[in-house]
Amino acid sequence: MTTDVAPEGGIVLRHLSKSYGLVPAVQSLDLAIAPGETVALLGPNGAGKTTTIDMVLGLTRPDHGSISVFGVPPARAVEAGWIGGMLQTGAPLDHLRVRELVALTASYYPAPLGVDEVLRLTGADAFAGQWTTKLSGGQAQRVRFAAALVGDPDLLLLDEPTAGIDVEGRRDFWHSMRDIAGQGKTVVFATHYLEEADAYADRIVLIAKGKVVADGPATEIKAQAASRTIRGTLPEADTAALRALPGVLAVDRHGDAVILSCSDADIALRALLAAFPAIHDLEVRGGSLEEAFMELTADAGHTATDVLETAR
Amino acid sequence: MSSATHFRYEVLRTLRNRVFYGVTLALPLLLFLGVASGQRHATFNGTSFPLYFMTAMAVYGSMFAVVGPGARIARDIAMGWTRQLRITPLRARTDLTAKVASAYLLALPTLVLLYLAGALLGVRLSASQWLELTGLILVGLVPFVVIGFVLGYLMPIDALTPTLGGIVVLFSLFGGVYGFELAKSGPLFDVMKALPSYWLVQAGKTVVTGAGGWPAEAWIVIAAWTVLLMPVAALAYRRNSARA
Repeated sequence: MTTDVAPEGGIVLRHLSKSYGLVPAVQSLDLAIAPGETVALLGPNGAGKTTTIDMVLGLTRPDHGSISVFGVPPARAVEAGWIGGMLQTGAPLDHLRVRELVALTASYYPAPLGVDEVLRLTGADAFAGQWTTKLSGGQAQRVRFAAALVGDPDLLLLDEPTAGIDVEGRRDFWHSMRDIAGQGKTVVFATHYLEEADAYADRIVLIAKGKVVADGPATEIKAQAASRTIRGTLPEADTAALRALPGVLAVDRHGDAVILSCSDADIALRALLAAFPAIHDLEVRGGSLEEAFMELTADAGHTATDVLETAR
Repeated sequence: MSSATHFRYEVLRTLRNRVFYGVTLALPLLLFLGVASGQRHATFNGTSFPLYFMTAMAVYGSMFAVVGPGARIARDIAMGWTRQLRITPLRARTDLTAKVASAYLLALPTLVLLYLAGALLGVRLSASQWLELTGLILVGLVPFVVIGFVLGYLMPIDALTPTLGGIVVLFSLFGGVYGFELAKSGPLFDVMKALPSYWLVQAGKTVVTGAGGWPAEAWIVIAAWTVLLMPVAALAYRRNSARA
């Protein structure tokens, strides 16, 4: 590799599988990402997002399937300096200051960005002289972002970049992310924050149980799911019986109120009235992205409770 | 370009660790001055005590210096830096080379300091003898560099630091570094002679007797330790990269 210019071709994952012992993490996953796209890998914890990212970074070897990053295997793309990664942990190295860590990382790449420029872009310039071991969570995250960015890679892979960061920190982060993605880079980020995927990605790839369960713009995913909710008042409701009704995906109970997430609200409503004539205060509503998410991941045999909680 | 910067930061990280100065410089220097100043004219092991003990303390401090990269490896792994490095264009080989080179560079101040202290207490060697002594010590340290690497890849950092310290102390005790030899003959003496630290300490005597370096036995011992440990180091390295 002598050139720093990544050829066309984007990122192509084909029939990718990886198991840890008997536990499958990624199962025959197919995904193609065009150069310049910003893609969110959205899914609950344990969905296989990190394993997928680690395989694209060349950190984890797939059991089956192939990965092509701009036309070459991950190891060669890493070697050429085309990939920048922000892992969930790591980067702060002891006995170094923030600026030194970023400068050291820059030295590994054939055509890095200016260290000062990157510190400013990521907001790390405010604490550039600080020891890397004395950073707050939000500061360490900015430093990891700076380290991922300083090599001026064509592909940025960010594994839950805002995990454990407060709301304000998250907003700042995505602000700088947008500026950078606007420069024609391909960005892939993993998240279990639904709003982040919705607000900052061109495209959402929904992953559950190691498989792609939906792929498209946020609006398309909502339409695809066409999820509706039925609300009503039903004292001492039998949730198991409600769950068993045709067209019902999930049941939620808050005191006397029951909320049914439906794949087909018309069928569900007829069955509901027949089986539980006592139900009253009925209300049928169009689905939110959250509910779409729940339906799609439920199809893969996964409950999305933890995702919905973090999204609220 | 990248390897020069990486090397520079490897050295810088070590120089910013205060413990490093204590174990590689202050401790051997104080032990040497404290013990040898009262025995300036004594003879020991067929040579002058100051020469013997100067060599021993130079070996002691530099053994600590060259196992240092092992501790840095374990710390890099613990902090996730090893994984971060693997997703940059830096080659693993460049990282290892920088760590070995920095280990040797950082062993030199110990040698120079102890040589100066030795000269202060009357050790007189010709320029070629000083050089020969330095050369023998640097070669004899090779197995210790490899030991540092093996343990750095295999052990978590909190267990590694006391283990490395303990290993250096054991090699020192059996190698005669502390100014006494545990045995002059018999099976214990055979064990001592099978250790690279024993031959490292003998380097001072070797250069003044003008025998033209160590006896063959010393070279065999040092080569054997290195050759036996290298595949273990390679295995430990591979095990770690498979896990990371």
